[in-house]
Amino acid sequence: MSEQANHPAPVSPVEQRVAALEALLTERGLVPEGFIEEITRRYESQIGPMNGATVVARAWTDPRYKRRLLADGTAAIAELGFGGPEGDHMVVVENTPAVHNVIVCTLCSCYPWPVLGLPPAWYKDPPYRARMVREPRKVLAEMGCPLPDEVQIRVWDSSAEVRYLVLPRRPPGTGGMSEAELAGLVTRDSMIGVARL
Amino acid sequence: MRCVRRGLAVRTGRVVPVDGIHDLGGMQGFGAVAHSPAEPAFQQRWQAVARALLVVVAVAVQASGGEFRHSIERMEPAHYLTSSYYERWLTAAATLAVEHGLVTRAELEARAGGRFPLSGPVLAPPVADAGPVAGQPRFAAGDRVRVREWHPPGHTRCPRYVRGKAGTVARADGTFSVPDVEAHGTARRHEPTYSVRFDAAELWADGQHGVWVHVDLWDSYLEPL
Repeated sequence: MSEQANHPAPVSPVEQRVAALEALLTERGLVPEGFIEEITRRYESQIGPMNGATVVARAWTDPRYKRRLLADGTAAIAELGFGGPEGDHMVVVENTPAVHNVIVCTLCSCYPWPVLGLPPAWYKDPPYRARMVREPRKVLAEMGCPLPDEVQIRVWDSSAEVRYLVLPRRPPGTGGMSEAELAGLVTRDSMIGVARL
Repeated sequence: MRCVRRGLAVRTGRVVPVDGIHDLGGMQGFGAVAHSPAEPAFQQRWQAVARALLVVVAVAVQASGGEFRHSIERMEPAHYLTSSYYERWLTAAATLAVEHGLVTRAELEARAGGRFPLSGPVLAPPVADAGPVAGQPRFAAGDRVRVREWHPPGHTRCPRYVRGKAGTVARADGTFSVPDVEAHGTARRHEPTYSVRFDAAELWADGQHGVWVHVDLWDSYLEPL
């Protein structure tokens, strides 16, 4: 329809509501100048799973760092310069041949922001939150992470102040890789525990 | 008139579930996870704005984490389930802004050019007395515990799916402000928290083989076993 082609996409009701609240709070002087842009920039470029990948690659290459990481996740992660809101009380859980860990927040969407960034939409939506604590083996298989029956699954529901990071197993055949190359192999999903490397 | 039975508060003819819709663990009937391996932090600009506005409001009204979370949990259940994450944040920001007098609902609806759904009222009475400060942790790793079976009308971080269930303390964590108290006033109580391990067979009649579920719980949610 030429009518549509000549007009921008209609503004959705939720966008109209956001704009209404933004306008009213701005008129009252409550929104600092540049604040929205600052929030956007921070989460788009500074905070994300590349931080967690750095932690994992260090743990894979430095056994003493790995011991510190498993003993006191918050302090060991801070050694690499990462910390802040939703990362003040970190516990790192290690995958082994016999144990697979996976994190969830059934009550809302708690997630370790400093090392993984903002959670993906599916992590915050009802199917993952409802099902991961009840049928994790099935959900993991559906998500492309089937596990042998003999592998124990440990689900961690982030219902209080601790935030979790999964330490995935180092893939075989990576013995000659540098720490930076190894970090490039580490995916966000492997650190949530919905994928293996 | 208000009566409370079977976890439902009946007020002014309207049935309001006090076991909030947000408490999703174990709920059945949902389909596949809409998984994507990677996605941008914000898919649309309004999402970043909604996120920023909640920070603005939370700072302006000095909302605790408990009050912020409860402002989402009080959303009308069907609205909650059909909202995206950032629509829930927007609803929370607007609800807190109205409840604390920063803006009025009429102003919001006039600007938005239509209905502006907000979260429902707080059903729990204000907490004036937080009670005594909890001392030393009552439990240590390896202790057997049972989660209290109760259905508070306000905010709690005790998921429904572990209430009444027996588990084992896996880890004692630090001492933190109790969300059930901080969500409903300026009083605060700090208690030890624990990660409690439950065998899936204890939680679910259809519990999967070889599964442990760990849930992090405040001291007063637990009883010795």
